[in-house]
Amino acid sequence: MPLIWVLLAVAALAGIGYLAGRRRALASAGGDPRRLHSLPSYYGLNVALTVLTPALAVLAVWMLAQPALIDARIAGTIPDTAIAEAGDRSLVMSDVRRLAAGLDSAVAQGVLSRDEVAGLRAGATDIRAALGEAGVALGSDVKPEVLAAAQSYRAMARTGTIAMDALVLLTALAGLGAALWMTDADFRARNVVERGVLALLIVAALIAILTTIGIVLSMLFESAAFFRQYPWTEFFFGLTWSPNFRGNSDLGIIPLLWGTLYISFVALLVAVPIGLYAAIYLSEYASTRVRSVAKPLIEVLAGIPTIVYGLFALITVGPFLRDWIAQPLGLGNSGASVATAGLVMGIMLIPFVSSLSDDIINAVPQAMRDGSLGLGATQSETIRRVVFPAALPGIVGAILLAASRAIGETMIVVLGAGAAARLDLNPFEAMTTVTVKIVSQLTGDTDFNSPETLVAFALGLTLFVITLGLNVLALAIVRRYREQYE
Amino acid sequence: MTDAIEGARPDAAGRPSLLAADRRTRARNAAERRFRLYGMIAVGLGLAALVVLLSTVAIKGAGAFRQTYVSLGVDLAEAKLDKTGNRDIEAIKKVSTFGYTPLIQEALVRKVDELGLRPDGMSDKDIGGIVSKDAAAQLRDRVIADPMLIGTRTRVDLLATGRIDGYFKGRVSLASAERDSNVTPDQIRLAQALAEAGVVVTRFNWGFVTRPDASDQRPEAAGLGVAILGSLYMMLIVLVLALPIGVAASIYLEEFAPRNRWTDLIEVNIANLAAVPSIVFGILGLAIFINFAGLPQSAPIVGGLVLTLMTLPTIIISTRASLKSVPPSIRDAALGVGASKMQSVFHHVLPLAAPGILTGTIIGLAQALGETAPLLLIGMVAFVNDYPAAPPEGFFDPASALPVQIYNWTQRADPAFVERASGAIIVLLLFLVAMNALAVILRRRFERRW
Repeated sequence: MPLIWVLLAVAALAGIGYLAGRRRALASAGGDPRRLHSLPSYYGLNVALTVLTPALAVLAVWMLAQPALIDARIAGTIPDTAIAEAGDRSLVMSDVRRLAAGLDSAVAQGVLSRDEVAGLRAGATDIRAALGEAGVALGSDVKPEVLAAAQSYRAMARTGTIAMDALVLLTALAGLGAALWMTDADFRARNVVERGVLALLIVAALIAILTTIGIVLSMLFESAAFFRQYPWTEFFFGLTWSPNFRGNSDLGIIPLLWGTLYISFVALLVAVPIGLYAAIYLSEYASTRVRSVAKPLIEVLAGIPTIVYGLFALITVGPFLRDWIAQPLGLGNSGASVATAGLVMGIMLIPFVSSLSDDIINAVPQAMRDGSLGLGATQSETIRRVVFPAALPGIVGAILLAASRAIGETMIVVLGAGAAARLDLNPFEAMTTVTVKIVSQLTGDTDFNSPETLVAFALGLTLFVITLGLNVLALAIVRRYREQYE
Repeated sequence: MTDAIEGARPDAAGRPSLLAADRRTRARNAAERRFRLYGMIAVGLGLAALVVLLSTVAIKGAGAFRQTYVSLGVDLAEAKLDKTGNRDIEAIKKVSTFGYTPLIQEALVRKVDELGLRPDGMSDKDIGGIVSKDAAAQLRDRVIADPMLIGTRTRVDLLATGRIDGYFKGRVSLASAERDSNVTPDQIRLAQALAEAGVVVTRFNWGFVTRPDASDQRPEAAGLGVAILGSLYMMLIVLVLALPIGVAASIYLEEFAPRNRWTDLIEVNIANLAAVPSIVFGILGLAIFINFAGLPQSAPIVGGLVLTLMTLPTIIISTRASLKSVPPSIRDAALGVGASKMQSVFHHVLPLAAPGILTGTIIGLAQALGETAPLLLIGMVAFVNDYPAAPPEGFFDPASALPVQIYNWTQRADPAFVERASGAIIVLLLFLVAMNALAVILRRRFERRW
């Protein structure tokens, strides 16, 4: 039964439950709602919630757990000889999964009937050709062990799905029965419903925590697998990055970190002066009219997706810098370079620096300006000697936030910085960053057991820790500063 | 500023003048003007960057919305397309695109000879070469949709190849065609002559927004249909998941949560999640939704889930701000007439905060629509040229997404794809402008000042 029908059935039960609960409560009060403890709709809501919540929770948990459980069961049945041949248990398992999915789609398209699939024998039928007809390409001929495992995989998945449908519907029915049984005029329906809703609200708030835990755990486990295969000293202190999918790779993070920091530095070199001066001009000098036009326009830069900046770097800024600066000066022939990526990223960061600094400059009390102006200082002297020092901690926080953005930025560097990992000072050379390498190691066909793929998780973890550190620091600085003047 | 007086230059009588500015004052005033100028330059640079960015994209991408077609009457010979003659759809489907290519070539050669335009020594094959290889597939689709066309001469608009198209858009010239193995100068001259005869026409290109992606050699046929559909599916998922969860979380944190270490932890967490690099969410999606939960790669459901987690902090932050802006007197009044806390929130505070919540949600969706990096990691870069099915099954079908399609096109060799990518950016930006405009209108229309 497709998922949508299960969902519709549960929803229908909830709807029926609402009406039945309401009616039953009214009936038990003799049709007079004044004799009920709560408003009639609360009795209905109570039944509907008791139907929906447990059933949907069961559905979600089962859907998450089923593939993992089946995998574990099937992986145990694969004979060691097959594993030795393929080199690894998970490789065999991915074959099994692909074959099972292929058989499913062959049945769905009508190339093979259900009975034909059940009666398949490796060797007897040409499974690869039959599946090729259904548009499923298999890499190699199917081994008998793999076929057997795929068959039991399909059987378990089918039993699992049927069991899930049954359990979900039973849970919903049980909820319906129990809630209706409890309903009578003295039942404190509103209190129960409100407690239930509060619990749901808490669960929603916890999803934010779950996301963080998910991020940390997913990267931690895979990074641990990486460090079992590759020494951590070489990862953190290695000076060369040359992954090689046949093994024997050098996976030192230093050249990537260098590229990341160099590009971020160039970006901040562009964004900080422009953003800061723009913020000062708009908050201290500009007329209301200029401000009301220029400020939103500059903030449009923050709303433009990074892929647009990436394309801008690739087709406009890169060739321009190469033809007009790098080549005439003999500094390089590459359109993708630190300067290209840095310049474009700098443009992207202008609104971050300017709008955060603007807020902070506006938070400096007017009395401080008036005092300075009253002593005869010019406006620029007031800004430089009084307003700026007062706002400095907040501005540093804004710059740190911008730096964390720059370090984690992906699309601009993927399209604008190049892919060559090198330790160089020349800003017109192509260099690469941590994020570029995460993308290049994880896109395409990947094997989740080789250090060349797993290194991406270690890179991700490093990136996460660095940006998290910067963010915590920046937010702490900004918050402390805000309290100072409020 | 005592030193300013000490430094003042006396006038002829030896007294400092009130009318003429002294050197130090002049220097200070000059510094003032310079400082002001720097500010103006900074604002100017920011605005200039915006203008240059948008105008280059607009200039490079405008061409993608126009396309060159060869308008021909093609004889759909029964002998080639339906040998049995009984219009059996299965038999007609057996004829592959290779069966249609000669028909197109024949029709074009006939037209060229009719007009007497054939350049000296140009072969039939070269003449046929100005029509895209994809045209045969489109003609086949049309015949399969309407088998009654077989045996008639049907007027069709066939795509010209990318290079001929490029010539009419100024990307390809006779000089560059000399060096190009994909097109000869003779073909371009012929196309020019045909254009003057009205056979080759350039018109608005609906195919660009409706057709699926095409292979590397056929930039003229590449469209955004699958990508737009995929993005739409993901936005639906984000809306359905992120809005209720985000609003629920905000209501708890803003209205019910006690101030303690746990709620502090949740708040710091949300603030930090908003600043986590987007690619990290891609790693999360790959590890949890694909490797652990076994959801299919390239599917809108995975993309939607990842973008939901990414958008949640944005929605929570803006929802909390709009809940906070509802004055406490509303809550007090509701409680005063006997509502429960929950009733006061759901019956009074939430409806009043709704416009702000909606605005924040639309802005979060716009952010999610433009996000690329996490989608690269969950396999949405794969070449997909089948439309996904209708939801909910379609959520599990492979699809592309607008920003990923743009990235995909930038990675291809043919320069015609740069034009396509820039055109796709125009489409993406139009969607974003529409969403932001809707947010602004909602805010203007429903915002209440207390």
